[in-house]
Amino acid sequence: MTSTAAKTSAPVTPDVARQLYTTMVLSAACDERLRQGISRGEFAATIWPSRGQEAIPAGFGAALRSDDRLVTTYRGLHDMIGKGVPLVEVIGEVLGRRVGASRGKGGTMHITCPEAGVMLCTGIVGAGVPVAVGLALAARQEGSDRVVAVCFGDGATNTGSFHEGMNLASTWQLPVIFICQNNLFAEMTPIGETMHIDQVADRALAYAMPGFRVDGNDPEAVYHAVSEAAERGRAGGGPTLLECVTFRFKGHYAGDPQRYMPAERLAAAEAADPIPRYRRKLLETGVLSEEVLTAIDEQSKGQVDEAMNAVLAAPPPEPDELDKDFFLDMKGIPT
Amino acid sequence: MTTAVETKTMTFVGAVNEALDEALAADPRVFLLGEDLADPAGGVSGATAGLSTKHGRDRVLDTPISEAAIAGAAIGAALEGRIPVAEIMIMDFITIAMDQIVNLAAKARFMSANRTPCPITVRTASFGGLGTGATHSQSLEAWFMHVPGIKVAIPSTPADAKGLLTAAIFDPDPCLVVETVALYGSRGEVPIGRYAVELGTADVKRQGSDVTVVAYGRAVVDALAAAEHLGTTEGIDVEVLDLRTLVPLDTDALRASVGKTGRAVVAHYAVEFAGPGAELAARIAADHFGSLKAPVRRVGARFRPIPAARGLEQAVYPSAERIAAAVRETMTFTR
Ligand SMILES: Cc1ncc(C[n+]2csc(CCOP(=O)(O)OP(=O)(O)O)c2C)c(N)n1
Ligand SMILES: [Mg+2]
Repeated sequence: MTSTAAKTSAPVTPDVARQLYTTMVLSAACDERLRQGISRGEFAATIWPSRGQEAIPAGFGAALRSDDRLVTTYRGLHDMIGKGVPLVEVIGEVLGRRVGASRGKGGTMHITCPEAGVMLCTGIVGAGVPVAVGLALAARQEGSDRVVAVCFGDGATNTGSFHEGMNLASTWQLPVIFICQNNLFAEMTPIGETMHIDQVADRALAYAMPGFRVDGNDPEAVYHAVSEAAERGRAGGGPTLLECVTFRFKGHYAGDPQRYMPAERLAAAEAADPIPRYRRKLLETGVLSEEVLTAIDEQSKGQVDEAMNAVLAAPPPEPDELDKDFFLDMKGIPT
Repeated sequence: MTTAVETKTMTFVGAVNEALDEALAADPRVFLLGEDLADPAGGVSGATAGLSTKHGRDRVLDTPISEAAIAGAAIGAALEGRIPVAEIMIMDFITIAMDQIVNLAAKARFMSANRTPCPITVRTASFGGLGTGATHSQSLEAWFMHVPGIKVAIPSTPADAKGLLTAAIFDPDPCLVVETVALYGSRGEVPIGRYAVELGTADVKRQGSDVTVVAYGRAVVDALAAAEHLGTTEGIDVEVLDLRTLVPLDTDALRASVGKTGRAVVAHYAVEFAGPGAELAARIAADHFGSLKAPVRRVGARFRPIPAARGLEQAVYPSAERIAAAVRETMTFTR
């Protein structure tokens, strides 16, 4: 019941390792390509970069089933990729094109893809947490053993929505996996300025919920922790809080000059970049060869380029989108 | 405007910063609270830059992401006679603080028969026009007009930004001051030193004789552009009346202007349907029933969630073109 590091550290199968590494590289390539386009003025868009945090969706993406649900945030493009949302839908929505997940109407912060289990993405910090509880309630009502993962930041754990959602999930013992992507900053404010606890995982204690602090830069650690939490949830064992400690390399938004960020801190985090770190581990342990890893690197870049080209070739939304998907019956609705 | 003193050229956001700086210096009971306010962040748009360094972190308080607690703590401090200036970073997030503002602050003086009044100031900003989508773009001022007990000020120029905020901070009643991020970089002459604009005083931003455009906030800028264009190219002489505060409402200025022109267009970025313009149009129609030369026209945002894709977003908001079109309609109207 107390917050400690998640226990399992068993090796993963080569298939899982390949999936973990692929998600990381693909997410990073997508993030990089979007930032590059924004900074060069190739297109107008806003993203909240996830570069540095890829090990988390790699881990939960491999641990969850495709029918398991995900709720995430504006900083969740990597989560979407980990859960299997098609790249064109993600990039298309960020760029506001007709091929986007919501044909440009939602934007970066509001991408959903129920086919991949992504039921909600919010720009309102903390708002997704109670919704995850409702998704889990529905699963139970339907008699399904699927689970719900909800991602949010460290800052979000200071919202009322977070605490209300945690309490409700615990009271009703619902299969929710609360995944805090603790990147140690909320916008420009370091975590220590806004909470008087050392570990977000400790927040689980207040709700008699298992809570674990996990190395969020180690995809295998995340994979094991989420697998274990999912197993518990499916078996009726209720919710789990996982605090995945990581870092945000590119600031709050694409183009953030990060004036508030001590240079040594960023440099240290970048030196421990989870992607080369995992790559080295896979090579050293012989789980995947240099050839295989290089192929993954190249394929991922290729996939991102292909998706980006498809998006760039796609038209903007039709003007009549404003009259679509509003009320189903538009009679009496003001224009 | 109150009698002119020495001025200097400043940006809108700089004027906000100066008002806060001078209020902090003027009265030791004044303090600021909100997310990312303290240095080095100094506010997400720089509105509070330098203030924590100058006045101390005990007077410029960084809060967690807890809008209900920001408003609630401001209310509590105000009940004890402190002078809090709370920031809700983006107006859409005020939804989370609504209970505190609407059910407590707005009613405190009345419900307690003047025993526990609660003169908080809440600063917030509308983010519309930046492509951030439906949850980061709304102009919700009509909600606050509709709750008896809270003053609502919405400046359109740097000078008014300073003057209205200063007045709000030292006003004996709760005030909401809505800034416009799209105007933060705009420049204008701002009086040096302590400068307050009396709440409830509208300002004629442009004299004219044919039509009155009644506006506030960002719509004033569009109205001035429309007026300039109509004046030089079509010979239509437009008066632009900047309300500056919606509560209290300067009904005298409204009556005087429309009494002179006999025609009115009401413009704002809030949704047109049931927006602030509905109240204004109804009043104008009632006050000038016999003398109006044309029905009052309204120009507001379309009744839709605000789409993220740039083209769609522009189609939802008002513009100088839409205001000009409404002015022409009132000019060409025949019974
Ligand atoms: C309710 C609410 N308040 C404030 C904001 C503005 N805001 C956007 S992101 C953010 C920081 C969130 O920090 P954290 O939860 O740690 O997530 P991260 O961005 O680090 O992934 C803030 C304050 C918001 N979007 N919603
Ligand atoms: Mg964070």
